[in-house]
Amino acid sequence: MSILVNKDTKVIVQGFTGKEGTFHSEQCIEYGTQIVGGVTPGKGGQTHLGRPVFNTVKEAVDATGATVSMIFVPPAFTADAVMEAADAGIELAVIITEGAPVKDMMYAKMYATKKGMKTIGPNCPGIITAEECKIGIMPGFIFKKGPVGLISKSGTLTYEASNQVVKEGLGITTAVGIGGDPIIGLSYKQLLPMFEADPETEAIVMIGEIGGTLEIEAAEFIKQNITKPVVAFIAGQTAPKGKRMGHAGAIISGGKGTAQEKMDALRAAGVHVVESPADIGKTVAKALGK
Amino acid sequence: MNIHEYQAKEIFRQYGVPVPRGGVAFSGPEARRVAEELGGNLWVVKAQIHAGGRGKAGGVKLARSLDEVEKIAEEMLGMILVTHQTGPEGKKVEKVYIEEGADIQKEYYLGMVLDRSSEMPVMMASTEGGMEIEEVAAKTPEKIIKVAIDPTIGFQGFHGRKLAFGLGLAKEEIRPFIKFAEALYNVYMDKDANLIEINPLIKTGSGEFLALDAKMGFDDNALFKHPDIAEMRDLSEEDPVEVEAAKYGLSYVNLDGNVGCMVNGAGLAMATMDIIKHEGGEPANFLDVGGGANPETVAKGFELILQDENVKSIFVNIFGGIVRCDRIANGILQATKQVEVNVPVVVRLDGTNAEEAAEILKNANIKNIIPATDLADGARKAVAAAKGEL
Repeated sequence: MSILVNKDTKVIVQGFTGKEGTFHSEQCIEYGTQIVGGVTPGKGGQTHLGRPVFNTVKEAVDATGATVSMIFVPPAFTADAVMEAADAGIELAVIITEGAPVKDMMYAKMYATKKGMKTIGPNCPGIITAEECKIGIMPGFIFKKGPVGLISKSGTLTYEASNQVVKEGLGITTAVGIGGDPIIGLSYKQLLPMFEADPETEAIVMIGEIGGTLEIEAAEFIKQNITKPVVAFIAGQTAPKGKRMGHAGAIISGGKGTAQEKMDALRAAGVHVVESPADIGKTVAKALGK
Repeated sequence: MNIHEYQAKEIFRQYGVPVPRGGVAFSGPEARRVAEELGGNLWVVKAQIHAGGRGKAGGVKLARSLDEVEKIAEEMLGMILVTHQTGPEGKKVEKVYIEEGADIQKEYYLGMVLDRSSEMPVMMASTEGGMEIEEVAAKTPEKIIKVAIDPTIGFQGFHGRKLAFGLGLAKEEIRPFIKFAEALYNVYMDKDANLIEINPLIKTGSGEFLALDAKMGFDDNALFKHPDIAEMRDLSEEDPVEVEAAKYGLSYVNLDGNVGCMVNGAGLAMATMDIIKHEGGEPANFLDVGGGANPETVAKGFELILQDENVKSIFVNIFGGIVRCDRIANGILQATKQVEVNVPVVVRLDGTNAEEAAEILKNANIKNIIPATDLADGARKAVAAAKGEL
C-alpha cells in the first residue's frame, strides 16, 4: 500500500516534448512509472519516448485512461494546463513548474477544487511511492521501500530526510513534496489522514519551513486525528525576520510563521520535533522502537 | 519586488484610487519647482526609500514656504534613514516626494495581502491609522477588520459594507469609502500585487478619502505580465550582492556569522544554517545554488561568500540528485582554481555517486578542502574550522 499513486497509476505528462518534460519523463519511465502518453498542443499524433502525444488532455485521457498528470508547462501557461487537466477529468495533477504567478495558481486551484481534482505543487519535486511510481524530479534511488510516510515543503531536504531514514534500515511508503509557494495543492492537513489510513505507513515525517501557518494547522489536526508517530523538522530557525529565503513561502514578518512558533505548536500536539536536521532519521527509528 | 511611494501613487491614480497631488524630486531646487507647481502654502517632503516607519526617523517633514521645501529636501537627500524596517545600516535617500498638504480629519489603515489560509486576497482596515499596524495586530487584533474576497466574484458591495460599518463610518461616508476600496481591489488584482498598504488612509475635512501613503509589493513571478511595473524596479534599494547573485541564478542573503554556506535547494540551505547554529556556530549567509549546481555557479558562490570578510570557513553541503556528486566535486576543484579560497572548505556531498566524489576530493589533496561524511559531521567541522580548532 501507499498513498495517492502506485505501480498501476497511469500518468500523462503535460509539456511532454519540452527539454525538462522529456528528461524527467525518461527518468520516471526508467523508475517504472506507467507514463502512458503526453500532451503538447500542435504535436498530436506524434510519438515521443515511445508514447503517443496528444493535442489536448481530454484526448489523452480518453485514449489512455490516465488519472494523473505531471505538469512541466512553462510558468506563463501553468494555470491553463492545470485547469485543462481538471476539465478533462484528471484526478491528480502534479505541478513541477517553478515560477508560476500566484494569482494564476489561485484561480487554477479554485477551479481544480470545483472539479474535484487534487493538486500537488507547484514548484515541488513531486510524489514518489518507493519502488513503484515516481511522478516528479526526485532522484528515485534514494527512496527505498519501508514504513515511513514523508511530507515536505522542500526538495533537497526531502532527499536528505529519506536518505537518513534509509540509513537507519527503514524506508519510505510514499513521499510527497508539497512545495513552498503561497498557493499550494495538497498540504499536511490533507496528506496526514491518508498516511494515517495507509496500513503500510507506521510513522510520518513532516518537513516544514518558516512562513505561513500550514504547520500550525497541521499541529492542531495531528492532536485530534493522528495516532501514528510524527517526526517534524522546521527549516529556518536561524532565518532573520522579513528576509526572503529563496522560496516565496519562506518569509516571515511580524513574528508570524516563525520556526519557533511552529515547533512549539507541533510539540504541544505530541510531535517529535527535531532541532537539528541531522536527527530526522534517528528520531524516526527511535519513535518506531527500532 | 517593491516600489516607491511615488510610483505606487502613480498606479493608484490610473485606477481612480484618490491620492494627494505631488511630484518626485532629486535636488533641492527641483523640489522647490515641484512645490511651486503644486501651489498652496503647505507641503510635505517625504524621503523615498523602500521601508516603513519613515515619519519617526525624520523622513517625512512639513514645509510652510518654498524656501523651507528646498531646505528640507536638501537636508533629506543623501541622508541615511534608519527605521525599524531598514535594519541598523539604514537606507540612503536618493529622491524625495513633494506633496500638497492635506486637511486630515481622521486617519485609518487599509491594506491588502494574500491570505494563505483561505487562499484569497484579504482586505484589512483599522481605525488605528498612522499607528504601527503590526503592533495593533499583536495587541488589539479586534481593531483590525478583515474580509477575504473570492476573486471569482470580485469585490462586492457587501465586502465594502463589512469594512465600512466595522470602521464605524457615518452614513454619508460609506459610499465614497466603498468606491475607494473597490478601486484598490482592482489595482491589487490587475497588477498581480502581493501587498498594498495605505497607512494612513485619511478622511479630509470635506469628507473625501485619500491615500496619504502607499506601499506596494508585487509577485516576482508575475512581472513578465507587467513590463511597466518591472521598469519601476530600483536596484539602489536592493543589496548589491544579492542582485549580483540573482544574475547567476543564485539566491544569496547576507547574515552576521562567520561560517559561509553553499547549498543546493532553499530548504536544505535554511536547514544548513540551522545546523551550524545548533553546533555552536553562526552562519554568514544563506546561499542556494539551485538544483543544477555546476562549476560556474559553484565558483560564483565561492566569490560571493568570500566578499564577506567575516567568513572564516565555508561549508559546502550538496545533496546530489539528478546532478551527480562526482561532477560537483570536479566543479569544486575547478572553482578553487578560478577563485582564491583562503579559508578551510568543508565539503559534504551525498546522493548520486557520492563515493566517487569523495575519492576525487581525496586524490586532489588540496589542504584547504576537508571532506565530511554527513550533514552533522560537516556542520561540526565547519564550525570548528571557523573557530580555528581544526
